[in-house]
Amino acid sequence: MSTFFLLLILLLGFLITFQIAKASEYVGVLKGEKKNFEQNNKVNGFLMVVFLVLGLIGVYWCNELFRGKILGESASVHGEEIDTMMYITIGVTGVVFVITQILLFWFAFKYQYSDKRKAEYFPHNNKLEVIWTVVPAIFLTVLVGFGLFYWFRITGEAPADANQVEVTGKQFGWIFRYPGKDHVFGKKYYQNINDGANNQLGLIWDDPYSHDDVVTGDMYIEVNKPVKLIINSRDVIHDVGLAYFRQKMDAVPGTPTTMWFIPKFTTEEMKKKTGNEQFDYEISCDQMCGRGHYTMRGVIKVVTHEQYVLWLAGQKSNYDQVMTGKAPPGGATVDSTKATTMIR
Amino acid sequence: MSNEAAFQPVTETSHDVHLDEPEVHPHHDTFITKYIFSQDHKMISKQFLITGMTWAIIGGLMSVLFRLQLGYPEAHFQVLEDLLGSKWAKGGQIQPEFYYALITMHGTILVFFVLTGGLSGTFANFLIPLQCGARDMASPFLNMLSYWFFLAASIVMLSSLFIASGPASGGWTSYVPLSALADASEGSRAGMDFWIISMALFVVSSLLGGLNYITTILNLRTKGMSMTRLPLTIWAILFTAILGVLSFPVLLSGLILLLFDRHGGTSFYLSDIFLTETGKALPNEGGSAILYQHLFWFLGHPEVYIIILPAMGLVSEVMAVNSRKPIFGYMAMVGSLFAITILAFLVWAHHMFVTGLNPLLGSVFVLLTLLIAVPSAIKVFNWLTTLWRGNIRFTPAMLFAIGFVSTFISGGLTGIFLGNSTLDIHLHDTYFVVAHFHIVMGVSGILGMFAGIYHWFPKMYGRFMNPVLGYIHFWITLAGAYLIFWPMHYEGLAGMPRRYLDYRSWLSFNQFGDLNRFISTVAMIVFAVQLLFVFNFIYSIFKGRRVMTRNPWGSTTLEWTAPIRPGHGNWPGEIPEVHRWPYDYAKDGREFIPQTEPVGSNESEH
Repeated sequence: MSTFFLLLILLLGFLITFQIAKASEYVGVLKGEKKNFEQNNKVNGFLMVVFLVLGLIGVYWCNELFRGKILGESASVHGEEIDTMMYITIGVTGVVFVITQILLFWFAFKYQYSDKRKAEYFPHNNKLEVIWTVVPAIFLTVLVGFGLFYWFRITGEAPADANQVEVTGKQFGWIFRYPGKDHVFGKKYYQNINDGANNQLGLIWDDPYSHDDVVTGDMYIEVNKPVKLIINSRDVIHDVGLAYFRQKMDAVPGTPTTMWFIPKFTTEEMKKKTGNEQFDYEISCDQMCGRGHYTMRGVIKVVTHEQYVLWLAGQKSNYDQVMTGKAPPGGATVDSTKATTMIR
Repeated sequence: MSNEAAFQPVTETSHDVHLDEPEVHPHHDTFITKYIFSQDHKMISKQFLITGMTWAIIGGLMSVLFRLQLGYPEAHFQVLEDLLGSKWAKGGQIQPEFYYALITMHGTILVFFVLTGGLSGTFANFLIPLQCGARDMASPFLNMLSYWFFLAASIVMLSSLFIASGPASGGWTSYVPLSALADASEGSRAGMDFWIISMALFVVSSLLGGLNYITTILNLRTKGMSMTRLPLTIWAILFTAILGVLSFPVLLSGLILLLFDRHGGTSFYLSDIFLTETGKALPNEGGSAILYQHLFWFLGHPEVYIIILPAMGLVSEVMAVNSRKPIFGYMAMVGSLFAITILAFLVWAHHMFVTGLNPLLGSVFVLLTLLIAVPSAIKVFNWLTTLWRGNIRFTPAMLFAIGFVSTFISGGLTGIFLGNSTLDIHLHDTYFVVAHFHIVMGVSGILGMFAGIYHWFPKMYGRFMNPVLGYIHFWITLAGAYLIFWPMHYEGLAGMPRRYLDYRSWLSFNQFGDLNRFISTVAMIVFAVQLLFVFNFIYSIFKGRRVMTRNPWGSTTLEWTAPIRPGHGNWPGEIPEVHRWPYDYAKDGREFIPQTEPVGSNESEH
């Protein structure tokens, strides 16, 4: 019923607007074309300035409203570089934005039709055109320079001492694998995948390197220690999106990708920094992957070195889980407090 | 139109008004040959325009539906279940499959059917013969086929909305493997086949049209109309057509491979896939999902220029006419269009910075992408200088042209963020991207199209649209567009991913609930105002104020030398000869000098 009324009000609004517009057209004819044109032109010219002023105030106000909601300080070292690059770009483009918008609406207002003015015949000016080809080119070169400097640092090889975690996306969740004591991931083949037999990744048990591989549903990483993610997908393309670390990389079936970063704050520290007891680093899937895309959430716990070692030690390898037969399905999550009591 | 060139006494002297001119070819048109299977470029243009507008309403309505979901994820709208059924809107809430189908169709419809078919189809068909001085297109028959393939594509796409498993729902980009596997998503069943067939028909339409546009521009210009005497609209359309002809076939080839993967058991795109839904591993190995993205974006990126170049052309023309001043830097405008066209082919992988692309290759694409900012900047500065010391008439068309420049600046600048791979890592697939491409391509494209419609409506229908409704339409649309898309940048800076229908369960992205509600409200208002425009359009076709002079805007170009309602063939008698470039406004103290006027002996050089 309310929908009906809403539509009715809308329709009425339409009719009224239309009648006013129609009437003003007739009034215009009565007043004389020229006078009517000049009045309309003045109104629109004035609105140009109004729009400019309100717009610039709006831009400022919008920033006041939302700048506190955009995650704050980066939680990774790479993220700091991305943030720096962001500020440089905001600075350069911000200046250009304000200048060009002011010129646009100001010119429109200032040079609105007047009986007294004649437009100037000004078809080209080589000097001006060279200036505004060269100046943007210089600014862009600077931006490209900074951008690529950071880009190569971020996408370069991970340090040799980085911890490794394999991340595999599936519809609609994440699976993590740690290489275990030997620091080598065992071989896997997707035809071996069998969720029922607790082999979510298709590990090849004939490969001894796979025997100590730990497969979990939660991801733990060490603070202040480089971590390299080897990213896979089991089905369609997903994307490992880490907003607080400012990182992102697609998970492509058949083509492993990598990403590395150094987390700066533990989850506990972030709880204090954000004043949110519920805080967790989230993995969001950033590449559309089907009906459950928006629910494809993973959690990363950033912990201290000691907690990390303890947690990892408390994990039973996927091989052991399968071979003992009575393992909890799907890589049970064990938190760090319980880990002390579980000795492998 | 009240601000018709009443203040231009010069107009009347240069062209006599004959309201009762005879038709050029007095062949007997039946209703069917005149309105349906017409080979007259003007009628075909109107067919494209009205089909495009119909699509725009459908596509816009879809955005209202999904904005309803985004603004009010917890609400139950019983009316939705009543209208759409319990499969799509169970309990009055939009279901995930339906949400994804909506955004997919919204993107496909707006990008291809409105801003490519609707925009290029309308103005290329309408303006090329009229502004070049030709009786019709080089091949009127192919031109007619181009429309009918477009309509066929439209019908196939529209019917996919009504099949049981729903339309395609893998995003307008239809990334594989999601779009290749019927078991991965409901929309990848029959809906995806419909999508591919429709796109194939669309590509055929676009090629038939594009080849025709190029041929006509190159071969059918009237006497004296050298390439450098063409209005910028025609230059823009020429480059658009070249882009389309060279890039659409690549999309088609990519889609054919997709069809093979879907039904032929091939593995072009598929490898190492295990589907949780069925618990089975697929036999395909060795394909590359990334190959599809390369093929798609090889069209996909030029596609955004296919949308924006015609808008740039329309805006340049409208801006010069209504500033009563030549467009500043004509050759630089043509040169920058050319540069954008070349670069458009060399930047596609900037959509793929986070797919695992080789960083070195990525850096090349960063450089080429940011290079595009240079010709874009030239264009912006040239438009600003065109306004400078003009004598500006704010016709609705001119307002939209100014709005276009504003949104093109705003959206273009955020492109500098996204084209820089370092920032793209954080911003990729967030609302920052949504804001960017909507402002620079969606809003700018549609504002350019509105500028064109308001400006050439008198030529199309011999009547004016109501200007006051035009002003209302413009101001609410421009303000609304900024209110909708500007705050989205902040959501993107927070890393908020696009293509989520509910953010409430996310700790990192649930802080924008109020903002989403606000955006949804504004979006609905702006949509309603577009309906006002549609009403104005249809009403004015039949009841608008009649055009009484041939050249109501005091314009120099050829189309305004034709009769008010030109017949098939455009000019009675000889096609006028051209003696000068199209931007002689305010020259030698004269308001404007039509292109058909010979250069005087003591006229100054430009």
